[in-house]
Amino acid sequence: MTTTDSPPAPAAPVRRRRSSGDTERGFSRTFRWIATGSGALILATLAAVALFLIVRAWPAMTASSAELADAVPRYPDDTSFLAYVGPLVFGTLLAAVLALLMATPVAMGIALFISHYAPRRLAQVLGYLVDLLAAIPSVVYGLWGIAVLAPAVGPVWLWLNEYLGWFPLFAGGASPTARVLATVSVVLAVMILPIITAVSREVFLQTPKLHEEAALALGATRWEMVRTAVLPFGQSGVISAAMLGLGRALGETMAVLMILSPGFLYSFNILQAAQQQTIAAYIALDFPEASGLAVNALIATGLALFVITLAVNMAARAIVARRKEFSGAN
Amino acid sequence: MAQRIDVTDVNIYYGDFRAVEGVSMTVDPKSVTAFIGPSGCGKSTFLRTLNRMHEVIPGAYVEGKVELEGVDLYGDDVDPVAVRRNIGMVFQRPNPFPTMSIKDNVLAGVKLNNRKISKSDADDLVESSLRGANLWNEVKDRLDRPGSGLSGGQQQRLCIARAIAVKPQVVLMDEPCSALDPISTLAIEDLIQELKKDYTIVIVTHNMQQAARVSDRTAFFNIAGTGKPGRLIEMNDTATIFSSPAEKATEDYVSGRFG
Repeated sequence: MTTTDSPPAPAAPVRRRRSSGDTERGFSRTFRWIATGSGALILATLAAVALFLIVRAWPAMTASSAELADAVPRYPDDTSFLAYVGPLVFGTLLAAVLALLMATPVAMGIALFISHYAPRRLAQVLGYLVDLLAAIPSVVYGLWGIAVLAPAVGPVWLWLNEYLGWFPLFAGGASPTARVLATVSVVLAVMILPIITAVSREVFLQTPKLHEEAALALGATRWEMVRTAVLPFGQSGVISAAMLGLGRALGETMAVLMILSPGFLYSFNILQAAQQQTIAAYIALDFPEASGLAVNALIATGLALFVITLAVNMAARAIVARRKEFSGAN
Repeated sequence: MAQRIDVTDVNIYYGDFRAVEGVSMTVDPKSVTAFIGPSGCGKSTFLRTLNRMHEVIPGAYVEGKVELEGVDLYGDDVDPVAVRRNIGMVFQRPNPFPTMSIKDNVLAGVKLNNRKISKSDADDLVESSLRGANLWNEVKDRLDRPGSGLSGGQQQRLCIARAIAVKPQVVLMDEPCSALDPISTLAIEDLIQELKKDYTIVIVTHNMQQAARVSDRTAFFNIAGTGKPGRLIEMNDTATIFSSPAEKATEDYVSGRFG
């Protein structure tokens, strides 16, 4: 029902549509081209990046290990290309997953507080603050990580290592400077907190009033209402929010580069220095001095990161799509 | 298990707006009481004050006394959560929890607050509640299927089963049939007759035939105009309200002259 189609003039619409600019013939057609063009541009960009990565990575992936060992600094002798990328993939995933494990519960807590507990005005302020957190450049996070966080958590890491050293993650030694993967993960967790919080908050706010009231009318406390109505409804939304956060943590370069003392091991000792490295930080660190085959090798690690991130985002998409079936919009 | 409700001089507000004023009434135990009246007259709002669901809306509050067997539900020491456990509610649109199975929906209220229940007790409760809601025969073979897969009428009966599974004193129904087809409506109305043997039932309805069919007593609410508070105009035995009401406005409404 549009307001322009008034009952007294039933024959008019055809003529009016032609004379007005807002039709399929006028601006609408132009807009369709703009929209289609934008869509095509995305595809073209993605294809260009993927093509660049594959073409430039190819020489490194097909080179012999001897050639690679000659050209690439820090390339271990007598290893295949996969064994070279492996520890980097491992370090990247470890840092990102740890960050995700720390950030998701906190983000859910903040989102629930904003959506269901805080008074409306406080909720608004908090929402803005969380968005502000997302606006901090990653290089600032890196500085903060080195200057503030690392000295602060150093003693905590030492304590964890001493008393909870039996737990694999806290085993090995603990670096007193705290420029270790544990610190990196905490910084990454803070960095991905805003996106997870923002998406979760939106999902929680969309919980149908009908279901919340159903729970309350059964005699649910506020927490029980959240548990029976809000969380089941928001579950898959939170999962996809976490995946978005994971995608960001995987690709984060600057903060990792600035904080982490790198190593190239398959090591779970996140309190020890010189154990792991992430792909993004590795590329940023070595690219300025690389030439020839070394550049190809770096680009090949970039390809690995691209594939991992793509897989994570596709998984997030799949979960979001599955969500439609039991969203409760019946 | 059924208890009486005494309401004394209740005013209901949404923020500064007084939606309902000066309502006093008595709801008899083991009977069906119907609230009728034009849209916006405050009958649903009033119904929601009976189990303290009104205050869930930000800024909404209630003045006056609502007593369940002499206990003021709005007393200082009364927990609204406890009130809602004693006074169940069925809503206008069926609202089973979409992510739960039929069985879990029935048990949802019981499982709240971590009350533990053995598996055999749970199964018995599911069966008795679903039988109580006349739904058992239709769903007994698919208790583990999602509740949202049922038809609208079945979903509404599932919601009634969920409400009576916690063994409330009173069941409030807010236009329970307005989203249902005539056959499902008939099923719910039959069910209401069954339920009144054990429960005190208060039902809001827009359908005057329905009020005449199912209720023992009827309360007529009206508003003087837009923006004015709703009032209880008249309450009496249903037969009296529909045959010889005391107020002119009631007679106009039940005879279809307005509303």
